[in-house]
Amino acid sequence: MDEMIRHILEILENDARASPEEIATLIGTSAQEVSQTIAKLEETGVIRHYKTIVDWDLVGENYVYAVIELKVTLERNQGYQAIAERIYKFPEVRSVRLLSGDYDISLTVRGKSMKDVAFFVAEKIATLDQVQSTSTHFVLKTYKEDGVILHEPETIQRLPVSF
Amino acid sequence: MRPPCDPSKFIAEAVKSIPPSGIRRFFDLVSGLEDIISLGVGEPDFITPWHIREMCIHSLEKGQTSYTSNYGLPELRDELTRTYYRRYGLDYDPASEILITTGVSEALDIAIRAVVNPGDEVIVVQPSYVAYVPSVILAGGKPVIVSTHRNDDFSLTAEALKPAITSKTKAIVLNFPNNPTGAIMQQEGMEDIADLVVENDLFVISDEVYECLTYEGTHVPFSSLEGMKDRTVMLNGFSKAYAMTGLRLGFAMGAPDIIHSMMMIHQYSMLCAPTTAQVGAIEALRNGKGEMERMVREYDRRRHFIVKGFNRIGLECCNPKGAFYAFPYIGCTGLSSSDFAERLLNEKKIVTIPGDVFGEAGEGFLRCAYAASLDDIRKAIERMGDFVDGLKQ
Repeated sequence: MDEMIRHILEILENDARASPEEIATLIGTSAQEVSQTIAKLEETGVIRHYKTIVDWDLVGENYVYAVIELKVTLERNQGYQAIAERIYKFPEVRSVRLLSGDYDISLTVRGKSMKDVAFFVAEKIATLDQVQSTSTHFVLKTYKEDGVILHEPETIQRLPVSF
Repeated sequence: MRPPCDPSKFIAEAVKSIPPSGIRRFFDLVSGLEDIISLGVGEPDFITPWHIREMCIHSLEKGQTSYTSNYGLPELRDELTRTYYRRYGLDYDPASEILITTGVSEALDIAIRAVVNPGDEVIVVQPSYVAYVPSVILAGGKPVIVSTHRNDDFSLTAEALKPAITSKTKAIVLNFPNNPTGAIMQQEGMEDIADLVVENDLFVISDEVYECLTYEGTHVPFSSLEGMKDRTVMLNGFSKAYAMTGLRLGFAMGAPDIIHSMMMIHQYSMLCAPTTAQVGAIEALRNGKGEMERMVREYDRRRHFIVKGFNRIGLECCNPKGAFYAFPYIGCTGLSSSDFAERLLNEKKIVTIPGDVFGEAGEGFLRCAYAASLDDIRKAIERMGDFVDGLKQ
């Protein structure tokens, strides 16, 4: 991978708000070149989306999250893609992953209450023809999300002056 | 009744003759101040990568708390041999040519003590790390200073070295990438210095602890030059590249006679380096490349940011090609390095290190470590800009 592209992606992955001017200063190039590269990365789908990681607990918005493991039966001529597409269109579904091991697919679902999530799984997911079984795990606390620690971050204590 | 005693009369002359550390004064000035932004710290602002800490914890759980060989853990020396062969084609025998030390500081001290006799002259290139001159004095040697200058990007040339060499010159202490200037050495210039070393039959003590933090060009160990392996002891460590400062682990690589002599001093002072840190170092060498490269990329970005920032606010700053220090010129403000740094601390709560701490050649400069968060660097530049503007009015 081009070194400049790697630098830009790392900076944006860490802070989506970094401006082209700031990125240009950090990597020693022009803001125009950074803007053009970012536009190309967006066009080609390398950059999929810009988002913010929110600690909803801190503003009193108590969402309920659950991880749902699914065993599925594949229909003739249809791979996992078809069932994944069926599932990821539900707005309640935050992530869909194909797994190896005892289960085939793992979902993360968000709702306003445990009841919300339970109904969604029982009515929308478990009833799909391809779904053999579901196993629902409610999330009790999230400590880290997408690489961001959501409680006391690890800090380093340094002397203010040293050799 | 026994008479009172003045303990100071027992202090050795060599210790009394060590110049006072300019950094010590800043320790005192900073203590008690709150909400300061520090660019004065000579250590990474990253925490030791977790996989390295985890190996240290695991070794403690297993009860690996005994002494190791005086030379260090054989596995660590084997790993160093493999690493340096892979990086530079250097071939050091792990049994006789590598010594694990308690940080590069110890390696420096015992390397100098191993080669310097009382009265020997040792060339120290400045601006440079603060320990070189005192280490030479403590070994009974005489430091001879060669200065580098900002007009030449603080690079060292054989021409600059030549006049400092006398019949008493025994060794040269080199440091590249350099603390505080960030200067590196180019291979052509190094070959000229190597010729000079051979002509005058000198020994080289090469502190390359910032080796992995080289952003432009490629690091060339002095010992990798033709004929230099046996004339050079390379000092290096894990503090900077792997953010392991507090684990205090360094090493020396050189000819068996030199390493054996250093080990003789080491065995009666340190005995061996900390076992836990050595276990962590093995993990760092085996699996730490990715984390190290990530940190280096981050320093590189901050380097661009801080250099551009200094030049923007009117403090001319050479582009440091290695280490994690920017060394802006503040002579244009009319203030001495110490006055500038002290006023900057008191008026803007920014900690920097005055350049004269690193030798007279550093007067007119400030050492600013960019091993600080980007936010802190941004704020520091803004406040320094205000401070410089205020001086003009």
